[in-house]
Amino acid sequence: MADILPAGTPAPDFTLPVTPDQKLSLKELRGKPVILAFYPADWSPVCGDQMGLYNEILSEFEKHGAKLLGISVDGAWCHEAFASARGFRFPLLADFEPKGKVSRDYGVYRGDAGISERALFVIDKNGVIAWSYCSPIAVNPGADGILDALEALPK
Amino acid sequence: MTKLRTPVGPKDHTQGNPDAPVTLVEYGDYECPHCGRAYPIVHRVQKHFGDRLLFVFRNFPLTQSHPDAESAAEAAEYAATQGKFWEMHDALYENQDRLGSELYEELAEKFGLDPIALNASLDSGEFTDRVRADFNSGIRSGVNGTPTFFINGQRHDGPFDYPALVGAINAVLAES
Repeated sequence: MADILPAGTPAPDFTLPVTPDQKLSLKELRGKPVILAFYPADWSPVCGDQMGLYNEILSEFEKHGAKLLGISVDGAWCHEAFASARGFRFPLLADFEPKGKVSRDYGVYRGDAGISERALFVIDKNGVIAWSYCSPIAVNPGADGILDALEALPK
Repeated sequence: MTKLRTPVGPKDHTQGNPDAPVTLVEYGDYECPHCGRAYPIVHRVQKHFGDRLLFVFRNFPLTQSHPDAESAAEAAEYAATQGKFWEMHDALYENQDRLGSELYEELAEKFGLDPIALNASLDSGEFTDRVRADFNSGIRSGVNGTPTFFINGQRHDGPFDYPALVGAINAVLAES
């Protein structure tokens, strides 16, 4: 597996489906911090699993003007059902075709399992990675690292 | 990344020996079924360790997925002002499928609290900030869902069944 892209690296641009008929490019978000949360799969069973937790604290991210994007290799329809069932108020991007391309670009693809790692990136307003973290796949990393990284961004 | 940033202090709800060598902090949500499953396990763990364990409960209501979690947390905070936090805490977990004003009133009467004052405190959001402060301390400490446990300030990442919690606490005791 490639290594996770470290802080200081320009964040590779991408354009991915955000709904079955809409796409989103990273560069459209230039000018504000972006949180990329790669995760292995939709429909995790734990109470307030990682994406559910982030959904609870979007207002904390918004205090920093930051935009949260979830990314997994699940397809756009799967994401739509997942987001709607859980009431998510942030986009889930489908790294579905070519499968895992964006995850690979960021060094967070698990080729053996065919899924993204549980990995976090905070990208600054200029499109440079300010912080990255790859969690053990079974461990939900929470949000403390993201909030610390957002606080450390130059104002 | 996974250390408890807000130390246990006078504002916390604690149970057990304040000088115990081990402190177990739970961030929990009264409506979360996993917390409901953890509730009797924590009781067993407390019984097992006795005076060697201080237990602390902090609120972490996942309000987007659990519509009654916030009101339950605030009801317990109201009960705390009358010295009945743990009675309310236990009763909420024991009646997890009935959370709501009817249950809170019933429990208020049972514990000798004023149900009208309890309702008024829920309506006015008297304890909203208190609950949010717990929640935020959890977020900044790496709480990643409910329940999340900290043993002497370190997040417990493994399972929370009885043998796992006892084993993790024993490991900490062995170090101290």
